[in-house]
Amino acid sequence: MTDQDTAQGETVLRLSGITKRFGALTANDAISFSLAKGDVVALLGENGAGKTTLMNILFGHYTADEGMVEVFGQALPPGQPGAALAAGVGMVHQHFTLADNMTVLENVLLGTGSLWSPGLGKPAARRKLQALAQDFGLLVDPDARVAELSVGERQRVEILKALYRDARILILDEPTAVLTPQEADALFLTLRKMVEQGLSVIFISHKLHEVMAISSRVLVLRHGKLVGETATKATDRHQLATLMVGAEIEAPAPAEARPGAVLMRLDGVSTAPQGNRPGLKAVDLELKAGQILGLAGVSGNGQGALADLISGLEAPASGRLEIAGHPVTGWSPRSALLSGIGRIPEDRHRTGTVADFSLTENAVLESYRDAPIARAGWMDWAAARRATEAIITKYDVRCPGPEARIRLLSGGNMQKLILGRVLEAAPRIILANQPVRGLDIGAVTYVQEQLIAARDAGAAVLLISEDLDEILTLSDVIRVISGGRLSPEFARGEKTPAELGQWMAGQGFDHAA
Amino acid sequence: MTEIADILISASFWAAVLRIASPLIFATMGELICERAGVLNLGIEGIMVIGAFAGWMTVYAGGGLWTGVAVAMLAGMAFGALHGVLTVPFGLSQHVVGLGITLLATASAYYAYRLALPEVTNPPRIEPFQTLHIPGLSDLPWLGQALFSQTALTWAAFACVAIVALVLYRTPLGLALRAAGENPHAVEAQGLSVGAIRIGAVIVGSGLMAVGGAFLTMSAFSSFFFEMVNGRGWICIALVVFGAWKPGKALLGALLFAGFDALQVRLQQTGMGQVVPYQVFLMIPYLLSILALILMSRRARVPAALMTPFNRGER
Repeated sequence: MTDQDTAQGETVLRLSGITKRFGALTANDAISFSLAKGDVVALLGENGAGKTTLMNILFGHYTADEGMVEVFGQALPPGQPGAALAAGVGMVHQHFTLADNMTVLENVLLGTGSLWSPGLGKPAARRKLQALAQDFGLLVDPDARVAELSVGERQRVEILKALYRDARILILDEPTAVLTPQEADALFLTLRKMVEQGLSVIFISHKLHEVMAISSRVLVLRHGKLVGETATKATDRHQLATLMVGAEIEAPAPAEARPGAVLMRLDGVSTAPQGNRPGLKAVDLELKAGQILGLAGVSGNGQGALADLISGLEAPASGRLEIAGHPVTGWSPRSALLSGIGRIPEDRHRTGTVADFSLTENAVLESYRDAPIARAGWMDWAAARRATEAIITKYDVRCPGPEARIRLLSGGNMQKLILGRVLEAAPRIILANQPVRGLDIGAVTYVQEQLIAARDAGAAVLLISEDLDEILTLSDVIRVISGGRLSPEFARGEKTPAELGQWMAGQGFDHAA
Repeated sequence: MTEIADILISASFWAAVLRIASPLIFATMGELICERAGVLNLGIEGIMVIGAFAGWMTVYAGGGLWTGVAVAMLAGMAFGALHGVLTVPFGLSQHVVGLGITLLATASAYYAYRLALPEVTNPPRIEPFQTLHIPGLSDLPWLGQALFSQTALTWAAFACVAIVALVLYRTPLGLALRAAGENPHAVEAQGLSVGAIRIGAVIVGSGLMAVGGAFLTMSAFSSFFFEMVNGRGWICIALVVFGAWKPGKALLGALLFAGFDALQVRLQQTGMGQVVPYQVFLMIPYLLSILALILMSRRARVPAALMTPFNRGER
């Protein structure tokens, strides 16, 4: 280690033996590593591997049970974000820590000086902020309210907050999760500028191609342990994937689709916007039997409105909605279910399940009114339990039993139960909204294979995802949503990720229309 | 309708508006500070009672008027500290704690009153704050009587609004306080203590509420009697919403409510008072306030983290 450090430059950060437990779970198990000046270290690992926990300890959000953090040779007092900031550590949180009702400048200024100083000193601060924004290519209006900013702009504010405090070490937690490919490229450019100026960067990710593109060194975490540490040049994607998962994983490779009849058709459908969420704007869409249609797009561009429409939560304000050639009237969640639509909702905690209900109760949430679960208005709990046990076995839901509260399950097992609930109803149309978000790779592969199997059995699948890689892997045809409008249909392989990224950024719609 | 016009042009009506508004202004500013930091303080009603009692008792026992105000404020801050500790680090339900503080503070005030004055039937009086004569202004015809014949405590109430607004919007402290009520994670991530900011806000806010209560015994009525706060605290909670959590608008709301109140008292003494039961007049300020609240608060933006406890290091 020491030789390598001197080769690359002075050591700016050293973590030694960091251990953190949450109850029975060991989130970080004796992790040690160091960071040199000008390094870009990628912290790679699956969801739940302990990456964010480790960075939260470094930044002082959490206190480690064991171990210590040294910044520029000085031990950092544990559990104090203020001390970390003062020592030159900045963190760009995955869930942005911005106050929406304040301006960019106010968010940057928060906590920078003494609380008791009489004024805010905005003019000088504005000049400093603008200079930083210019230097690092992070353009944003200092006087805009955060509530009005796009996700990409908010991220720039998060980075500026750290730079404003002269951070020398910048931690970025899954920074590209919310960005278009173009925005991600711009971010990488900014990171390179930082490195040129002698900053060091820790970059949390589970996307291998980003890790390969931006990092100089890779650390791999699995189940809270540091399982690999290597120079990026000396490794490849395959090796990293194996390290990350602990086993060889094959991504699903769907066979050629054989599309059949149109099962659902939207004809010029518009819906009203709700708050910040755009509505649909004259959307045409056809979902065909035996085909997966992938809907790409940056979060908040109308995916929610389309999902709500298809699940029956919202009716079209104008335009036609046809199912199997018949126009629908009185559209409701119930009629969506009765029309054979299976719904895997975006947020399995909030809309997919009732956390304090048992697995059985959750499994029959969509069928409790009908035989065999209900007879003459009475619940047949024995039948419900049998149905649940069947799902648990068939879909390999790891759980204490059908009477356990579902909140005790991991995300992957919860999703498997939802998947079972949907697929056992033999839906003709499946709405899969972010079906693998937050799952580990094993569960991801399982859910994706089940969706492909449902497609091969003749279901029409609408796959909504913000992860372009997932869209590219699974979709037979791709459409892009931006500002509530849909792009034309692209065949598999017709567009490169960069071209799709342009559509995601809203380019191309005007020519197409 | 001429009765209303007659009332509106009388100088004594406007003087009454300012007088009635004063305790509401103090307490509304106190509640606003708490809520802006993310804590709903339902202890307000009881804290006003304890303020009314503590201020009055101090003067009755021989203390000076301003000493009384200071003691009232300290008493309110003590209950505020209790509220803050229970709701911020312990994260208990702000509704339950707030109502508990109201019951505790009210009962403590009544109990202390009975302990101090076991034999009294008629509430004893103190010499309250006197009208402050401002050379020039107070001598103006009509205006002098309408606007410039108030006690020092009323002027303090208006000064309080200006100070709260300045601190909230022009100082780092106010910025941190507003951020604590909007997104405590932002405060934490910038190295500040959410807990300290919130507890501090609740303590200072409660002190202002108590001064609002003290106004009643030391500037308005000059004696302490049971039920004298009479729901003013709850009105102030509505005024914060009416004011969209902004000091200036909340001040406007307090003046409006006081205006309706002063109006209804005077309407009772007119010809209308002969025909309409007086209870109807008593309802007027509340009815109109509810109406105004509905109209005004539709576009108000609640502090996003209001009533959301913040626990460090939790997953």
